[in-house]
Amino acid sequence: MASYSTNEFKGGLKVMLDGDPCNIVENEFVKPGKGQAFNRVKLRNLMTGRTWERTFKSGETLEGADVLDIDMEYLYNDGEMWHFMKTDGSFEQFAADKKAVGDTSRWLKEQVVYTITLWNDNPISVTPPNFIELEVVETDPGLKGDTAQGGSKPATLSTGAMVRVPLFINQGETLKIDTRSGEYVSRA
Amino acid sequence: MSAADWRPGATIEVLHARAAIMRRIRDFFHARDVLEVETPVLGHAGSSDVHLDSLSLSARTPAGDTRLWLQTSPEYHMKRLLAAGSGPIFQLSRVFRDGEAGRRHNIEFTMLEWYRPGFALEELIQEVADLIETVLASPLPQVRLRRYRELFTTHFSVDPLQESPEMLAALRDHAARHAGADTTSWSRDDCCDLLMSLVIEPTLGRDGLDVVVDYPASQAALARKRRDRDGTLVASRFEVYLEGIELANGFDELTDADEQQARFEKDNQQRLALGKPCISTDQKLIDALHSGMPAGCGVALGIDRLIMLALEREDIDSVMAFSLEKC
Repeated sequence: MASYSTNEFKGGLKVMLDGDPCNIVENEFVKPGKGQAFNRVKLRNLMTGRTWERTFKSGETLEGADVLDIDMEYLYNDGEMWHFMKTDGSFEQFAADKKAVGDTSRWLKEQVVYTITLWNDNPISVTPPNFIELEVVETDPGLKGDTAQGGSKPATLSTGAMVRVPLFINQGETLKIDTRSGEYVSRA
Repeated sequence: MSAADWRPGATIEVLHARAAIMRRIRDFFHARDVLEVETPVLGHAGSSDVHLDSLSLSARTPAGDTRLWLQTSPEYHMKRLLAAGSGPIFQLSRVFRDGEAGRRHNIEFTMLEWYRPGFALEELIQEVADLIETVLASPLPQVRLRRYRELFTTHFSVDPLQESPEMLAALRDHAARHAGADTTSWSRDDCCDLLMSLVIEPTLGRDGLDVVVDYPASQAALARKRRDRDGTLVASRFEVYLEGIELANGFDELTDADEQQARFEKDNQQRLALGKPCISTDQKLIDALHSGMPAGCGVALGIDRLIMLALEREDIDSVMAFSLEKC
C-alpha cells in the first residue's frame, strides 16, 4: 500500500494506525507562530468503531489500509457466521463473524443489500441500509382511540429487533424503520 | 463540484468591511508617520526558518534561468530598507507558506508587517494593541504580558526554561497525553510547540489581549536574545493572542550581521536533519546588517485572522475573496 502524508489526510481516507485500519474523519492543521506545525487528526478505528484523536507532526506519514466498501446481499446465518454474497453477478461469498456484524445483527434480513467493509479481503463491519422494511411478529393488540396523542408501545420485528411503534400498529404489519436511530418511520 | 463553486468565499458585504479595515490600517500608520512600502513578493532568497516552507519557481531572467522564491514574509527586504535609512515603515503584502492550509491558514495570505527603529519591545506591543483597537473599532478590556515559562508552570507545573532530563520527560508526558502522539523522540521545542498550540493557545486572549513574552532562546528566530528577570537567556520577542487565536509575532530585531549569519547556518543544519532543502543565505541581508541597521523592533500580523475576529467569522475562507480551495 502507498503511504500518505498528513497534508493528504482527507475525510474518508483509510490508513493503518497501531495495527488497525482506520477511517480519517477530520484533519485540522495547527501551527504556533514560529515553530513546528502539527495535524490534529480524528480517526475512526474500523475494527472497534472507536474514534481516536491523534496529533502528528506535519509531514509524518501513515501507511494506507487496504479497505473496501462493497455491496452484498445477506444470505443466512449458520449459527456462527453470517454469510453475504456480492451483488456484481460474481456470486462470490464472504462470511462475517460476530465482531464484524455487531449490532447490525438485529437488522439482518435475507435478500437485503448491506455494505460490507473488507480489510485485506476479510469482512470487518456490516452497515445496514438507512431504511429497512420489517414485519411485526409480536406486539400488544392495537388500541382504538386517541392516536393523535402519539402514544407508543414496544414491538418485536422479524429480525428480533425491538422498536417503539404507535398504538395503532398490529402484528403482521410491515413497517419502515430507520436503522440509524432504530426508530419507526411509517407503515411500509 | 457544483455550479456554485465559482462564487467567492467572502460575501460582498464582508469584502466592503475588509476594504474599510484596510483603509483604517493605512490611516493609522499615515497618522503616525510610518511610511508605506512595497517590496517584492518574488525574491532571490527564501526564508531559512526551519518550520516555514517556501514555494519557489524557475524564472527566465536577464541572468538566465533563475530559481526565485515566493516570500514567506517581507522581512528581509524591509530590513534592507531600514539599513538604507528608510525610518519607520509598514507594508501590507501577500505572503506564501507551503503546506499551511486549514481553518485559520491559507497558503497565500495577507501580512501586515511594520518596523519601528528606536522602539523598545514594550513600545511596539502598545502600538500593536492600538492598531488592533483601531481595526476592531472598540477598546480592548486589557492588555496583559504573559511570560512563556509562567504559562507552562500554570498549565503543567513544568518550567521549560529550566533545562533538565526530568523537565523533558514531563513535557513529553504532557504532550503525549494531550495529543495522543508518540512523543518519545520529541525535542523540548516540539513538545512546547504542541502544548502551546493545543492547550495554552485556546485559553489566551479571552478577556483582552494576551501578549506572550520571554520565549526560549532556542525559538529566537531573528530576534535578539537577552536575560529575563530570573537571569535565564530568552528570546526578546512576543506573540499576540486574541480569542484563542495567534495574531502577531514581534521581535526586538537582531542587527548583528555575524550572529545573523550563524543563525542562517544553524537553521540549515536543522533543515538538513529534518530532510528539508537547504536555503542559501541571503547575502544582501547580511551585507545590509554589516553596513548597519538601526536597532529597533518589528512585528508581523496576520490581517486575515484579525479581520475574522473583527467580523466574528470562524473560518479564514469567509474573509477572503478566494481562498486556495476556491481560486
